[in-house]
Amino acid sequence: MTLLQFIFYVFSALMLLSAVGTIISRNPVHGALFLVVCFVASAGIWLMLQAEFLGLVLVLVYVGAVMTLFLFVVMMLNLDKLPSRAGFKKYWPFGILILLLLVGLMIYVVAPSHLSLASNAIAIPHPADYSNVQALGAVIYTQYVYAFEIAAVILLVAIIAAISLAFHAFHQDTKRQNISKQVQTTAAERLRLVKNMGKE
Amino acid sequence: MITLNSALIVTAILFSLSLIGLVLNRHNLIVLLMCVELMLLAVNTNFIIFSHFLNDLAGQVFVFFILAVAAAEAAIGLAILILIFRKQKTINVSELNTLKG
Repeated sequence: MTLLQFIFYVFSALMLLSAVGTIISRNPVHGALFLVVCFVASAGIWLMLQAEFLGLVLVLVYVGAVMTLFLFVVMMLNLDKLPSRAGFKKYWPFGILILLLLVGLMIYVVAPSHLSLASNAIAIPHPADYSNVQALGAVIYTQYVYAFEIAAVILLVAIIAAISLAFHAFHQDTKRQNISKQVQTTAAERLRLVKNMGKE
Repeated sequence: MITLNSALIVTAILFSLSLIGLVLNRHNLIVLLMCVELMLLAVNTNFIIFSHFLNDLAGQVFVFFILAVAAAEAAIGLAILILIFRKQKTINVSELNTLKG
């Protein structure tokens, strides 16, 4: 086993164990924190697969934004009584059975002989001066530029939808702008001249 | 170096784990959303593996767009979750039966 393989297996084990932690943790806050560990570990795997830009984006977007949002929501909800986990205790042996079946099936299906690739296929590493960000940008801003713009519109729609869904109705003491009053204001209302008493 | 087979097996295990988590934790809406995120992570990792081994950047471009859509999905999903909690005072999926579906 080479050092790279060792690092890969360490990241994989960390990813899978924290995924198990996310599933079995009783407290959603612990689950969210396990999920953060899982994302960081898989960002490491993505870096090893020479997807440097996406590895960094995963840490920035997922760990920095999405998981923070999850933690905010979990803490905001003030869950005094969590949903019961009766089904979990009853069905986890079946869950493990189905897990084994599913993994066995997938291992059979994704066998590289089905993919016309050798099972010990090793990618040709890029030269040292290869820039993943540059290569990705050269494709995104030319070939996939319409998809890129649609993704931007989707994010805008998500911002508007999230704000308009989660926004509380106006309370009496909500501080807000009165735009017509702002527009009709005069200079005399805004500027008050104070005589300088100190000198002269 | 990492072999194709080992990387694919790791993501297969991750995907199956998140599917089992989705079924076992079906009462808690927050954990359901987190399991969906795990699933997307497994799929994204598969895209990156094939992009690496086939030396084709299209896989990474796909992952880029999936990340953008998944972030939007998480934001809207959590907003809906807050609305549900505000109206129903619960996030237990089995108690959300107002529509009698």
